[in-house]
Amino acid sequence: MSATLDAPRTPLRPARKKGVNWEKWGWIYMRVSGVVLVVLIFGHLFMNLIVGDGVSAIDFAFVGGKWADPFWQWWDVAMLWLALIHGGNGMRTLVNDYARGPKFRAALKLAILAAVAILILLGTLVVFTFEPCPIGQPADLLPSFCAA
Amino acid sequence: MSTAVLDEAAPAPTPEVIESFTVTLIVRRYNPEVDEQPKWVDYDVEMFATDRILDALHKIKWEQDGSLTFRRSCAHGICGSDAMRINGRNRLACKTLIKDLDISKPIYVEAIKGLPLEKDLIVDMDPFFESFREVQPFLIPSSKPGAGKERIQSVADRARFDDTTKCILCAACTSSCPIFWTDGQYFGPAAIVNAHRFIFDSRDDAAKVRLDILNDKEGVWRCRTTFNCTDACPRGIQVTQAIAEVKQAIMRGKP
Repeated sequence: MSATLDAPRTPLRPARKKGVNWEKWGWIYMRVSGVVLVVLIFGHLFMNLIVGDGVSAIDFAFVGGKWADPFWQWWDVAMLWLALIHGGNGMRTLVNDYARGPKFRAALKLAILAAVAILILLGTLVVFTFEPCPIGQPADLLPSFCAA
Repeated sequence: MSTAVLDEAAPAPTPEVIESFTVTLIVRRYNPEVDEQPKWVDYDVEMFATDRILDALHKIKWEQDGSLTFRRSCAHGICGSDAMRINGRNRLACKTLIKDLDISKPIYVEAIKGLPLEKDLIVDMDPFFESFREVQPFLIPSSKPGAGKERIQSVADRARFDDTTKCILCAACTSSCPIFWTDGQYFGPAAIVNAHRFIFDSRDDAAKVRLDILNDKEGVWRCRTTFNCTDACPRGIQVTQAIAEVKQAIMRGKP
């Protein structure tokens, strides 16, 4: 039987391959998006719950009115993307830290990725295509303010 | 005795009675030749407030059960042999005083976590030292000092990495890190501390190499800043801060 010996100073794990360092950018993303999200979320809460009639003003018409304004459309979409990727990446690190077994890990990460991707796509679609008073629908299916 | 003459003159000093306590230690014992699983065994020992957990372990080993197995070398907080989990916190047994613990309850002593348990309080330290070796913890200069000269370093340059020179490689930090417990792939705080010691050394020229090593998937980015390592370090090294400084250096691309 022949034994093979590594050359002296052979590193135990091969050095990181060249290319995008996802682990580093993920770490930076968490910090940057966290700061931006603090502004976005507290702005969102302030506008929805405190300004004007406050929480009692929230209904279908309130949301419809907000999404008629491109400013709030982009505000909400930015919040959606940043928060979901931030949360998804956080869940991914939890899986890395606590899940054992490569297959179990891969399955969990795939589930997280699917959830994030579907929610981002659906949310973005709704925010930009939201039409509170679709034309040609029976009046009894529409909210009351559409008649005006 | 000739000295007895002197004693007659002075009043005999009443020997001060130092209070002692019965302390219950519950030690997680494991004998790989007999036990399937580690088991908790309790021992009562008579201790003084100024005694240390290491003294309690000695008393158990010398007076009650000689089979109790643990590492210790210098017994004065320098060699880093006797890191163990005392009441759920990683401490050096030789630096943990009885008076600093709540002796109305039993004191739980077990081996450090995250490394393979060999026997009683002894773990296999090889994975720990493997990570340590991987960060190349030795001076790598690119040039020779001038003939008959030393490598000069200013006081400020020396102070830059002073904190991380204190490491005694006891593994208290690495084995307190929940990320290290998972799969042991993470380099761990101790390896990063020792990389920090050379990355920020003005005489060293291989900082880039070490930063590349630690810029790995299992490198500094897995640190979640839980501060377990800083709390565990018996030398008071600001471990989490050192790791953060390495992260900053990686982002800058230089120390």
